[in-house]
Amino acid sequence: MLAALLVMAVGALVLGAALGYASVRFKVEGDPLVEKIDAILPQTQCGQCGYPGCKPYAQAVAKGEADINQCPPGGEEGIRKLADLLGREFKPLSAEHGVEKPKSVAVIDENLCIGCTLCIQACPVDAIVGAAKQMHTVVSAQCTGCELCLPPCPVDCIVMQPVGEDVENWKWKYPVFTLHRRAG
Amino acid sequence: MLQKLFRFHGGVKPAYHKEPSIREPIGAVPMPGELVIPLHQSIGGPPHPLVKAGERVLKGQPIGAPDGNVSSSVHASTSGRVKAVEMRLAPHSSGLAALSVVLEPDGLDEWIERRPVPWRDLPSSGVRDALRDAGVVGLGGAVFPSHLKVNPGKDGKLDTLVINGAECEPFITCDDAQMRERGERIVRGAAILGDLTRAERILIGIEDNKPEAVAAMERYAAAVGDPRIRIVAVPTRYPAGGAKQLIRVLTGIEVPHGQRSTDYGVQCFNTGTSLAVFEALELGQPLISRIVTVAGNVARPRNYEVPFGTPMRHVIDLCGALPDTDRVIMGGPMMGYLMPADTVPVVKATNCILVGSARLFPPPPPEMPCIRCGECAKACPADLQPFELYWFAKAKIFGKAQEYKLFDCIECGCCAYVCPSRIPLVDYYRFAKSEIWAREREKSAADEARERYEFRLHREEREKQEKAAKLAAKAAATREKLAAAKEGDAAPAPGAPSAEEAKKALIAAALEKAKAQKAAVGTPANTDHLTPDQQAQVAEIEARRAHLKEVAQSVRPKDDE
Repeated sequence: MLAALLVMAVGALVLGAALGYASVRFKVEGDPLVEKIDAILPQTQCGQCGYPGCKPYAQAVAKGEADINQCPPGGEEGIRKLADLLGREFKPLSAEHGVEKPKSVAVIDENLCIGCTLCIQACPVDAIVGAAKQMHTVVSAQCTGCELCLPPCPVDCIVMQPVGEDVENWKWKYPVFTLHRRAG
Repeated sequence: MLQKLFRFHGGVKPAYHKEPSIREPIGAVPMPGELVIPLHQSIGGPPHPLVKAGERVLKGQPIGAPDGNVSSSVHASTSGRVKAVEMRLAPHSSGLAALSVVLEPDGLDEWIERRPVPWRDLPSSGVRDALRDAGVVGLGGAVFPSHLKVNPGKDGKLDTLVINGAECEPFITCDDAQMRERGERIVRGAAILGDLTRAERILIGIEDNKPEAVAAMERYAAAVGDPRIRIVAVPTRYPAGGAKQLIRVLTGIEVPHGQRSTDYGVQCFNTGTSLAVFEALELGQPLISRIVTVAGNVARPRNYEVPFGTPMRHVIDLCGALPDTDRVIMGGPMMGYLMPADTVPVVKATNCILVGSARLFPPPPPEMPCIRCGECAKACPADLQPFELYWFAKAKIFGKAQEYKLFDCIECGCCAYVCPSRIPLVDYYRFAKSEIWAREREKSAADEARERYEFRLHREEREKQEKAAKLAAKAAATREKLAAAKEGDAAPAPGAPSAEEAKKALIAAALEKAKAQKAAVGTPANTDHLTPDQQAQVAEIEARRAHLKEVAQSVRPKDDE
């Protein structure tokens, strides 16, 4: 009887120690689920979801505080991917958070810009260059199209320009039979 | 000595139709009234324009500077005036415009100063820069910048340099014509490439349906007398002209997925590229024209030497397009791209202008369901499973398509050629590839945005801390100063001053400072010393203001109601 108790007690201690050691030794930094959700999000950092950036939204989704349909730039495809990842039901984009728009970049009208630096402070990815009382310009390759620079501009010199199709980013269309007949 | 040859998997034997266009020698094209030279003619970054509208350029003058090292220069094909640098319809299936230099030839055809490149004395990086600045790219059709391929690989030397004169695609005879007429330059170019890549042997592979080219090249090789060079006739089977396929046939080496042929001591260049290398290094001539086959639905098919930027229609007109012509294809019938119009310019990738009609290329019969017969897998020269790729591309399961090595597909069209259900398989692969590329572009853009956003957060935090530290330091300094002043001015009160007293002293000092500043500024200076006229104006404005204030006050209560 005593021997059995002793064996169980020692076993519990050894296993507990092993588990305790493993939890320290193999501790995962950060929440892997948050990282996975963040990888799906488009990183526009626009805040349309109601959180100050993509990462905070990912954290909220992981905790179950936010729904998966609050990201307009991610669009339907993003919601589908999130639904797949989290094993939830797909739902359409929530209207209160905005609508899916074609990818655009901000363009500053350089004739109107007064050099107030307000847009520079608003840009979440530092894609606007300029200095006080100097003309500003958007580095379009880095612009995520978040539109956060539009409201602070006192002279409304920033417009969103849709990224058009060019030879570099043109995509072959899904093969449709009639396309071949019309060739030429 | 007999060369042992190997066999690549799959392949097909389509009707070749090469005979009609090779009867006549290479023709010259009269200069058109306008050249439209697209800046982006090779793989890699799009070159930056170097000229402006109105400028005069000479033949061979650079008009586009390479964008980084994975890019290539573009040159004026003749002398003349730059009419514009603008978006023009590109020779691309999309039917979209691309930035082009529009050139009005002046008819003088005046060269820039041409100086041979002393490539033997230059370091290899210097030779590579010279090739890049001469705009030499792969002329087999893939237009990969050649300077990136001119290196001996990991071992510092190559076992075999393959010069690709197989030209396996139906209708196309530009390499054949070039080998017959300009073989010496090809052989000399091959020798240069052999020196640059430190190749032990150079094999020039030519399909055995071109006996004249083989004979001519043997003659030229004997004349040049380089012991490394050997001409090898390879069995005619499409696509023997694919780089990996020709390497397999000549050396028996199968280059595995994701590896380069140089890892196995083999490199491959097209015969046209070899000639361009010779002209660039030995003659100092940049790449400004190429041999183009005009074939298909034309009365007089032939090869022409066409300056880049020449409208395709200009060349087709020389050959007499038949009245039922309804399309123009750049490249051959198997791998070619349908052009949006016949006005698009000839570029470095244009090996053939294939004029089509419904009679020559009847509309494909309706696509039927895949019956999984496996014919496509038997025909695939890249050892892929085309039916699987087709399923995944059709269902848009792109990850799986990549797992099945979609990107090893060379789009040769063998699978679609043998498909009994007549499925346009290559169209599906092209669709899947461009979707995957688009996703990868999006992904890398998102990754960059994430990184920049996180850096910004980090920077803001750092700035906040720096500011706080600075303020604290400043406050401490003032406090010290005050304390010192107090000590000097009167005997210190018993014990140190309490924190509150110090704060009060700080506030008092700040108030004092502000007062002093105000006194220094005094009254606004611009209302002093005014002329009576101006004073009258000021009075008038003040009166108006007072009146407006009154009016506003009388109106406001009404608004409230």
